[in-house]
Amino acid sequence: MKNIRNFCIIAHIDHGKSTLADRLLDFTGSVTDREKQDQLLDNMDLERERGITIKSHAIQMEYTHEGEEYVFNLIDTPGHVDFSYEVSRSIAACEGALLIVDAAQSIQAQTISNLYLALENDLEIIPVLNKIDLPSANPEEVTDDIVDLLGCDPSEVIPASGKTGMGVENILKAIIDRIPAPEGNLNEPLQALIFDSVYNPFRGVETYFRVINGSITKGQHIKFINTGKTYFADEVGTLKLNQVPKKEIKAGDVGYLITGIKDAREVKVGDTITDAKNPTTNAIEGFEDVKPMVFAGIYPVDTEDYEELRNSMEKLQLNDASLVFQPESSAALGFGFRCGFLGMLHLEIIQERLEREFNMTVITTVPNVSYYAYTNKNPDEIVIVNNPSDLPEPSTLNRVEEPYIKATIITKSDFVGPVMSLCIEKRGQITNQTYLTIERVELSFDMPLAEIVFDFYDRLKTVSKGYASFDYSPIGMRASKLVRVDILLNAQTVDALSALVHADNAYTIGKKMTEKLKELIPRQQFDIPVQAAIGAKIIARETIKALRKDVTAKCYGGDISRKRKLLEKQKKGKKRMRQVGNVEIPQQAFMAVLKLND
Amino acid sequence: MAGIYIHIPFCKQACYYCDFHFSTSLKKKDELLRALIKELKLRKDEFKETPVETIYFGGGTPSILSNEELQLLIDSVYENYKVISSPEITLEANPDDLDKDRIVELSKSPINRLSIGIQSFFEKDLKLMNRAHNADEARSCIEEAKKYFSNISIDLIYGIQGATNEQWIKNIEIALNFEIPHISSYALTVEPKTALASFIEKGIIEDVDDEQAHQQFLILKDKLEEEGFVHYELSNFGKEGFFSKNNSAYWQGKSYLGIGPSAHSFNGIQRGWNVRNNTKYIKALERNELPIEIETLTLTDRYNEYIMTGLRTIWGVSLKKVEEDFGKLFKDYLIERADIFINQHLLYIDDEHIRVTRKGQFLSDGISSELFKLNLA
Ligand SMILES: Nc1nc2c(ncn2[C@@H]2O[C@H](COP(=O)(O)OP(=O)(O)OP(=O)(O)O)[C@@H](O)[C@H]2O)c(=O)[nH]1
Ligand code: SF4
Ligand SMILES: [Mg+2]
Repeated sequence: MKNIRNFCIIAHIDHGKSTLADRLLDFTGSVTDREKQDQLLDNMDLERERGITIKSHAIQMEYTHEGEEYVFNLIDTPGHVDFSYEVSRSIAACEGALLIVDAAQSIQAQTISNLYLALENDLEIIPVLNKIDLPSANPEEVTDDIVDLLGCDPSEVIPASGKTGMGVENILKAIIDRIPAPEGNLNEPLQALIFDSVYNPFRGVETYFRVINGSITKGQHIKFINTGKTYFADEVGTLKLNQVPKKEIKAGDVGYLITGIKDAREVKVGDTITDAKNPTTNAIEGFEDVKPMVFAGIYPVDTEDYEELRNSMEKLQLNDASLVFQPESSAALGFGFRCGFLGMLHLEIIQERLEREFNMTVITTVPNVSYYAYTNKNPDEIVIVNNPSDLPEPSTLNRVEEPYIKATIITKSDFVGPVMSLCIEKRGQITNQTYLTIERVELSFDMPLAEIVFDFYDRLKTVSKGYASFDYSPIGMRASKLVRVDILLNAQTVDALSALVHADNAYTIGKKMTEKLKELIPRQQFDIPVQAAIGAKIIARETIKALRKDVTAKCYGGDISRKRKLLEKQKKGKKRMRQVGNVEIPQQAFMAVLKLND
Repeated sequence: MAGIYIHIPFCKQACYYCDFHFSTSLKKKDELLRALIKELKLRKDEFKETPVETIYFGGGTPSILSNEELQLLIDSVYENYKVISSPEITLEANPDDLDKDRIVELSKSPINRLSIGIQSFFEKDLKLMNRAHNADEARSCIEEAKKYFSNISIDLIYGIQGATNEQWIKNIEIALNFEIPHISSYALTVEPKTALASFIEKGIIEDVDDEQAHQQFLILKDKLEEEGFVHYELSNFGKEGFFSKNNSAYWQGKSYLGIGPSAHSFNGIQRGWNVRNNTKYIKALERNELPIEIETLTLTDRYNEYIMTGLRTIWGVSLKKVEEDFGKLFKDYLIERADIFINQHLLYIDDEHIRVTRKGQFLSDGISSELFKLNLA
């Protein structure tokens, strides 16, 4: 056990975690030349295409140093705030963390939030100054920033480059020297922490665990303490690039387990695995369930595909337990699902995976956060509002509360003004302002979560010219003034276009929504009034002018079949739109409110 | 009822907007004539016993052919097909070909209907479209033709860039003064890959204006209807008894034989189209082969075509015919889909027929497409 090191790689998004992991794998000879590729651990199509990590990935390496053989279990984590729960799980399986800091960008919001997660778990932090090959790198200054943040000695910061491979040997040495070997007792009853699970269509659910005490052997009768279910360990092994089956995984080590479980929901990440007959008395403190932050309806474009959509969502959930959904119906769109997401990136990813992996074309409705409403009749009873149509009638409504977050923004001092105005416009209240260095400022705001759902990131990027990073964590519910803005097309309310917005913003948003819809909905054979309303009161109005002419005037013998085909094509094209009443609405119109400022 | 369409793929010069099939070189004219005659012969059994009621020379510019050449083709029709006693024989002609002598000559031939490509009586429009004739020829050819032919149609184009509504009204009035019994009128349409399309793309000519075209269409409709014309098809107006028999056949789903390169044929269930290339056409017929591609229409295709053509005509779409020819499911579907447009006053049902309203007329393509059924494949 003294030669095992368990660590994760944490950082702000894009600071080079996955690339540095590649170098560690190369250097330790864990991958063959043929297996090599950039960001090897990002093995989902979507990860590769977007160049970001979405899921944590664990992998084992072997390394000989000064004649000693070591086993390293590395976990690469995502940097995006939507997936920070992945980071906290990974951290729980480790004794140390490589904290990567981009030498050009220095400390950013997730650098800090992920660092705190690691410190809460008493992890040994190895600071790595990455990307020093970049011409824009600022090694001295950024080292100072890191030293300030960690209170460490400058010599502890390891300069490195995931691109050139520089510094990798020093990192490996530091892992051995600085990260403590796991402590655990091989003779105690089995106690292992489940830190992740992956659904494999052929093998069922693969459970990833870290053994704290005892050992887990192939064929062992085991029990998941939290769910109370027992299984036989059909296969256990270590996580190399490919899984390597083993007879036994001992205390301190990381491995995978296959038990034939088909339903991913049976495996709760954070649960403790123990021996069925000789259970441990120490259940490890589990993780809190991940809470969805953003809700939106997902509907099949073709109403007939509802069942298929349900199937696809269920399969997706096997892979991604953070996705929650329940059936709902909309007058405009028919049957679909109200889904909860970790954030907007998560929403986008789910939508894309549905289209890509399951070939489903879906309509996603305007996202909203989860509100608490109280009615006059039962002023103490919470009505959870996850859907605009759940909001009680204004006349019966006593009050509403909305989720707030603590937003942390790190930016250059030049941009403090614009960033502040943006946050204030977004109903934020500044709670703290700290100069990290002369140039870099950390701002904290209490802000409604709803405000960051609507075009916050993009605008933050714009006002700060890209020099601002952002992180948030929930801080509870606060009183709010909420209204539902309905959209009427051709005098008919289209429920799927309704949005919950703060009363003060209702007029602006209503106006922008009607303008945006006018732009997105193609002209049809008749005028279409587009109205925004609160209750019966119209707050904005636009008209989509009718097409004046859509005939190619001549139509003789030769033209008939050609023309028929043309019109058939036109009709097919429209199939991708959703007919609501007598108006054809293209898919992207349902998400229009998100892009109101484009 | 059956009709024969003969395509003459030659023009003196290319009009900028045109996407018909034609060549401006007359080198292959004789070979082509031989091929046309060969095709007429090879296809003589296609109509079986149905007699030919109309013969139509279209193009291109059929008036490029001499009377003798046209006569050869007419003779060949008579040799190979059963023809009724007084068929409608139409010649599409361009004003620059119709001088006094030619008109007299034509009047002595079996040709009894002229369809003249006037397009506009204004020099500026004719130049903009690169027509081969000028404004004087436009007027004088009608004056002469009137003396020898009673059944005359002229083509007029509206929605031309820079042509005001006032000028359009003048165009119509000039035509009306000639007391012609039939007018075909089209909106100037920018077809892909035409010279016009490329000029517009390069910004040399401004784009056509839908709103202007729509206004001019309504002006046309009102003025002609006032003068007793029947608006019997979207782009065709005729005095009672002067509707184009040949074209009506297309819109009413009747059989016709298309002879010549790019010509289309229809026998009720199959559509065929000849190769759109003069050389390939000639070569194939030299080998006694028909250069034709054939498509068999599915029930859905035929329904769609009926909707599309029906909505363009005063005869409309007959619910009874839909039920008889396509079945109750199609009829129910049609009624359900039509409802939206009926509510919008774009369609109306009267006497078991669905027709477009005045407001819906110019949108009939889009409406048809909404009433279409899609093949499952
Ligand atoms: N020049 C240079 N570029 C680097 C280096 N390390 C990573 N990059 C580039 O930085 C970008 C982000 O690298 P990743 O390794 O995907 O970053 P990450 O931290 O894993 O990103 P997330 O997982 O999405 O948070 C890629 O374009 C890399 O090629 C480095 O040392 N030098
Ligand atoms: S004369 Fe007729 S066929 Fe020839 S180019 Fe002009 S419009 Fe086209
Ligand atoms: Mg990564």
